[in-house]
Amino acid sequence: MIRACLALLRRDLTLSWREGGAIGTALGFYFTVVVLTPLGLGPDLNLLSRIAAGMLWVALLLAGLLSADRIFHNDYEDGSLDLLMLGPIPLELAAGIKSLAHWIATGIPLTLLAPVLGLLLNLPIDAYGMLMLSLLAGTPAVSFLAAIGAALTLGLRRSGVLIALLVLPLYVPVLIFGVSSVSAATTGPGSPWSALLILCAISLISIVLSPIAAAAALRASQR
Amino acid sequence: MEVPQRLEAHDLACRRGLRLVFEGLSFALSAGEALLLTGPNGAGKTSLLRLMAGFLPAETGEVRLLPADEEKPFGEHVHYLGHANGVKASLTVSENLQFWIDYYGAPPLSDETIQAHLSRFGLAEIADLPAGMLSAGQKRKLALCRLLAAPRPVWLLDEPSVSLDAASTKILAAIIKDHLKAGGMAVVATHLPLSLRFAQNLDLSAREAA
Amino acid sequence: MSNRKPPGGLSGLANPTRFLSLVNAVTPWLAGLTVLLIGYGLYLSFFQAPPDYQQGQTVKIMFIHVPSAWISMFAYTVIALSALGVLIWRHPLADVSAKAAAPIGATFTFIVLVTGSLWGKPMWGTYWVWDARLTSMLILFLLYLGLIALRQAIEDPVRAARATAILALVGAVNLPIIKFSVDWWNTLHQPASVFRMGGPTIDPSLLTPLFVMGAGFFALFTLLHLLAMRAEILSRRVHALQQIAVQRAAAA
Repeated sequence: MIRACLALLRRDLTLSWREGGAIGTALGFYFTVVVLTPLGLGPDLNLLSRIAAGMLWVALLLAGLLSADRIFHNDYEDGSLDLLMLGPIPLELAAGIKSLAHWIATGIPLTLLAPVLGLLLNLPIDAYGMLMLSLLAGTPAVSFLAAIGAALTLGLRRSGVLIALLVLPLYVPVLIFGVSSVSAATTGPGSPWSALLILCAISLISIVLSPIAAAAALRASQR
Repeated sequence: MEVPQRLEAHDLACRRGLRLVFEGLSFALSAGEALLLTGPNGAGKTSLLRLMAGFLPAETGEVRLLPADEEKPFGEHVHYLGHANGVKASLTVSENLQFWIDYYGAPPLSDETIQAHLSRFGLAEIADLPAGMLSAGQKRKLALCRLLAAPRPVWLLDEPSVSLDAASTKILAAIIKDHLKAGGMAVVATHLPLSLRFAQNLDLSAREAA
Repeated sequence: MSNRKPPGGLSGLANPTRFLSLVNAVTPWLAGLTVLLIGYGLYLSFFQAPPDYQQGQTVKIMFIHVPSAWISMFAYTVIALSALGVLIWRHPLADVSAKAAAPIGATFTFIVLVTGSLWGKPMWGTYWVWDARLTSMLILFLLYLGLIALRQAIEDPVRAARATAILALVGAVNLPIIKFSVDWWNTLHQPASVFRMGGPTIDPSLLTPLFVMGAGFFALFTLLHLLAMRAEILSRRVHALQQIAVQRAAAA
């Protein structure tokens, strides 16, 4: 059973590495959205530095979502999803592993890109550590919640836009506590750690619960 | 694990949307026997196979193996080959095969055995090329290799000969024959005559009329 | 519409044999020239050029920054011309050239951004300022990323060639408009660009090393571009051979 889990994880990571496009597109999208912000708001560094944390989080949620429909779509198209259901691991676990692969292949690269984009938005120097920590703590929730949307919209027309509509509301708590931990680290009030711990809790809950919802949605899509 | 001796389907019914595709379907297969499914389009051949694989819920009835396996659910004794091949374009031919061996928990095979399975379908020379380069027929053959590399007692084959040429169809018939000889079972839906002796024929159109 | 090449073919690309032998002949000389020019340029800029009275030694970043900016724009020009070659003359080497130039151009643009940001740190106390020139470079970088991403997303090589060529030309037409609008946006928000490297304010003692470095960077770009084209041609040949192997396996 562990062998099957590892095989699935290794295959998904190999695929996203070789196909590369999805990761690259998500990173490029993140970059572009952040670059466009000052063009809309003006180059005032004080203003940018005030909104930097929020911008970095909002753009990351959009970028993470952008590649989300690929979590199950390719397996659905080529028939692998059926075959995965005949394996020794429950569909819930398989969905969880595929979400984990999405986090490793998308969430972590986005997290690593964030500090570079922080430079562009003049994020205060003392915020970088907490920014990285909050992204690292929050991006698992981004990937696992996106998997629910990806499973629900499997094979539907306009699935990309639909996922955004379904999943973005679910991201609200992640956004609130992610941004508040970063801004608490720079301007206060209060300690950033409480917000970070809540963020960890949100991620842990979604790691446990969303594979169950995603698997149920996948079964429903089989009919 | 005990080798299953018998496959029994009892009073199966399948509903798709509002339509009852079939009902009251019962049959039994012994080890080494194959069942041929026939019937016009829409008679429910694919539905029956997907229902047996567990992808569709049965409206009534059940499918089971005897002697019953307490440890594993029915799905883990089954190979399903549908219209799609489940072949990943950016993995190489042998990586595709190796994944299913690992994922299905089949006993690990030596490289020579994998090569032997691949060479049965003429894929051994291109084992290290990405599967995306293969033609439709070659991808089908790679999917068939999966059945050989990870042995499971029950094969559910939905139009297995699609996009295969005459020579490859013969090989397909041969591997099904080997599988039956080794005590396996198969349920095959096909239009093309396979040079196989089927123990039973289930004509879904005749049932519908009845 | 387009008469598609047979799968085994990519046959147009089998003939650039003469191009390959040309590349092999030119490479050592070009490599030598590049090393000489950049070596001399570095010597001039580090030991001959005086430090700026305002910017001090940091002005020397300019000798990397400005030539990289030239190359980043030159590379896009090469891509746009190659795109014309793809769409109008359908020359087999045109797409190879366009494909090979994109990552090189993106890299030089990235160098511009990094050196610009390092230059900015001592001057403004922050690594990034939304200066008009740097912003335009940032958007050029995005255009490069778009070209590379589109190329990666399309599997069929003929379609990929067409699509990236069209995108490159759309970008080429848009670049001046982008440049203009960014300048306008910038003057709207802040009076004048802090970067003053063009025009008569530069002392001739700085100009000579700058031009030597510029020539060195042009040689470097040409060298990298030729090598990348050679690698691309060879990888297409490997791909064609693999397809032949697949067909042979199917026939067997």
